[in-house]
Amino acid sequence: MSKKVLIADDEPNIVISLEFLMKREGHAVSVARDGPSALEAIRTAKPDLVLLDVMMPGLSGFEVCQAVRGDEALAGVKILMLSAKGRDTDIAKGQALGADAYMTKPFSTKELAEKVRELLAS
Amino acid sequence: MKIDKREIAAALLPGAALALWAIGGWAAFSATLDAADRAALAAMLQERVALILLGGLLLAGVLGWALREAYLRWVAASARLAEEGRVLLAADVEREIEPAGSAETRALAELINRLAAQRAELRADVAAQVREASRSVEQERNRLAALMAELTQSVVVCNLDGRILLYNSRARTQFRALSSAPSVSGGAELIGLGRSIYTVFDRALIAHALESVQQRLQRGAAHPSAQFVTGTRAGQLLRVQMAPVREIDAAPGEVSLNGFVLMLENITRDFADESERDTLLHGLTEGSRASLGNLQAAVELLDDEGIDAATRERFHGVIRDEVRAMSRRIQELASHTAQTMKTRWPLEDMLGADLLAAAARRIEAQCGCRVATGAVDGALWLKVDSFSLLQALVYLAQRLVDEYELKSVSLRLGEASGRARLDLAWIGATMSTEIVMGWETDAMRIGSETLALSVRDVVERHDGAFWFERERVRHESFFRWLLPLAASSEQLDAAQIVKTESRPEVYDFDLFRASEQSRELAERPLAELAYTVFDTETTGLNPGQGDEIIQIGATRIVAGKLRREDVFDQLVDPQRTIPEAGIPIHGITPEMVQGAPTIAAVLPAFHAFAQETVLVAHNAAFDMRFLELKQQATGIVFDQPVLDTLLLSAVVHPQQESHRLEAIAERLGVNVLGRHTAVGDAMVTAEIFLKLIPLLAERGIHTLGQAREAAQQTYYARVSY
Repeated sequence: MSKKVLIADDEPNIVISLEFLMKREGHAVSVARDGPSALEAIRTAKPDLVLLDVMMPGLSGFEVCQAVRGDEALAGVKILMLSAKGRDTDIAKGQALGADAYMTKPFSTKELAEKVRELLAS
Repeated sequence: MKIDKREIAAALLPGAALALWAIGGWAAFSATLDAADRAALAAMLQERVALILLGGLLLAGVLGWALREAYLRWVAASARLAEEGRVLLAADVEREIEPAGSAETRALAELINRLAAQRAELRADVAAQVREASRSVEQERNRLAALMAELTQSVVVCNLDGRILLYNSRARTQFRALSSAPSVSGGAELIGLGRSIYTVFDRALIAHALESVQQRLQRGAAHPSAQFVTGTRAGQLLRVQMAPVREIDAAPGEVSLNGFVLMLENITRDFADESERDTLLHGLTEGSRASLGNLQAAVELLDDEGIDAATRERFHGVIRDEVRAMSRRIQELASHTAQTMKTRWPLEDMLGADLLAAAARRIEAQCGCRVATGAVDGALWLKVDSFSLLQALVYLAQRLVDEYELKSVSLRLGEASGRARLDLAWIGATMSTEIVMGWETDAMRIGSETLALSVRDVVERHDGAFWFERERVRHESFFRWLLPLAASSEQLDAAQIVKTESRPEVYDFDLFRASEQSRELAERPLAELAYTVFDTETTGLNPGQGDEIIQIGATRIVAGKLRREDVFDQLVDPQRTIPEAGIPIHGITPEMVQGAPTIAAVLPAFHAFAQETVLVAHNAAFDMRFLELKQQATGIVFDQPVLDTLLLSAVVHPQQESHRLEAIAERLGVNVLGRHTAVGDAMVTAEIFLKLIPLLAERGIHTLGQAREAAQQTYYARVSY
């Protein structure tokens, strides 16, 4: 069953891989390249899952996440945060702000795919 | 020789008594006779009158002599003995009383002599003990001075008012580097006995460190010192360790301080090195993560079997791109051109509960709202920069109170996966992400003071995290910090309670006596004030007509002693010609002032040198006039009290005609060396001033206020420039 996945990341080199990976999993993929447009896309398209990068221009992933969690209408949107910030304090912050999962770069595509499946199934 | 009236009275008394008896006897006897018998007796006596008179006189003489002897022997000798005893008691002379008079009186005299000898012996004994004690104190001082001079660390000892009591030469060098005008004053305006340490360090910072020392002392920690790192105005970074100096007379079991020792280490260099290493490391780890992530994803997906040629080429493109990017990064790091970034700030260990208690006190005092302390894990030790962290807590609480009119907030502390979790929580008012962002990144303001730091800076110092969260069910909002925990060493330190009675080695310096700051300056004794004694050399005698200062020299008097090492000596470029006529007097040629700073640069440094002291100059009105004329241009105002040695000399010796510096120096026995350099004259003036203080006291002039009043009343006070 096809799900809507939004990739929010400003780095084209990871977007290529993520896009391919998500399409291979059979999901409908859209891409946002900065914070504000990611938030906009989440509000209009209401994706099932967002792959959310922490470091984006405009609004950071943390801020996008907090805004989404503050909006009752978007309660069903799953958020998987991806970040090059590997400190445990960042992970704790992401989870506290309502991310469903947090993965640190570099990550294995297999694990990412599994995590996505897991989140979409729950 | 003095005539003793009582001695004469004793000699005459028997004669007088005999005469009275004879007259009285004759009157009574003749009253019993009839007229015929009386006549017969009178005739009989008349014939022998010479014999009777002679006998009477002889008797009176003998009795008079005997009574006088008795008087001298028993009464006069005792009186003389008492008098001599009184002399012996009042004066410190050592002399023997000559025994005289009766045997008893002689015995008394000898007794008094023995007591006097015993007293002299005791006195000599006490004097010897005092000498011995002061020699050992002197020795201890010398030992301490030698020890301090050897230290590579700077040491500064202060009393609780922050006055410097003691410092070593290393500290002096270090303070020179901290001076904002090192070329002018060489840091002399920062360090010196009696100067305030608060010109170098923020008062709040010292107060905060003292508070943590107190807390540790109360808890009985074995090493109750505090550490902090601070930036100075000159951009240097200092690590400061503070150790308490304990009150010697404190009741047993009671902890009380009367000063503190600061050990300073300039870590600007170390810190820069460490920052650079950190930057490199950070660049290698965090900076490579994203690239590695991109690479790994692309490589893994290349293995996918259903991949078409175009996609494969795109993945190859990603790989080429990222490999290039990583190579470039490594090269950049290797050549030390890493971009600047924030690094770890040196942190101190602190008991979490202490931090919260301090925060609660500060917030209540600053913001006027109640602070409840919620769940606190009392065993948690944090590794924090408590000063900046407290500032952040107070700042956030104040904004909450100001903008949401909160009446109370609460603090709590717990542990979460190896980190401390510190919450500032409140009920009600919530806020948007943008507002939180603003609060986090704005420069902090506490009261009317704006700090250079933001909450985010504080968080980054701790390598921690900070966010705003809302608990919908309980309507509770909170700011949460994640902060590092301390290693367990400090906990051991706290457990190692000092049970012994041994006191720390404190040197017996009178300097620790608390000064009476509260007393009005005018009421304080001249002998205990701090003075800046100064002199200026000028191009001429008419400040109002374009004459300028070409040299300022000054020295200081602290605690009644001239501090010759505490010197301000500066040539000034007058930015005009120096008249030939004056050069033989002051010896300053136009070449000498070339390249010297102008008065605009020198006055601020001199002002700093003279701060919190009374100014003293000879003919002060002249020098002060030059300083006053610069007020407008430089904005530097010398508003401290001023004493003039010329006027004070006129107060002490009103009959003398000359009150020139040389004349006074000669009168008071002060050696004149290096006359007519500003600093030489300042030294002479200072020595004269020190000699004038006791002479003024003889005239009942003890306080600054009295001295100024007396000076104003002298004739010379009417002279004005």
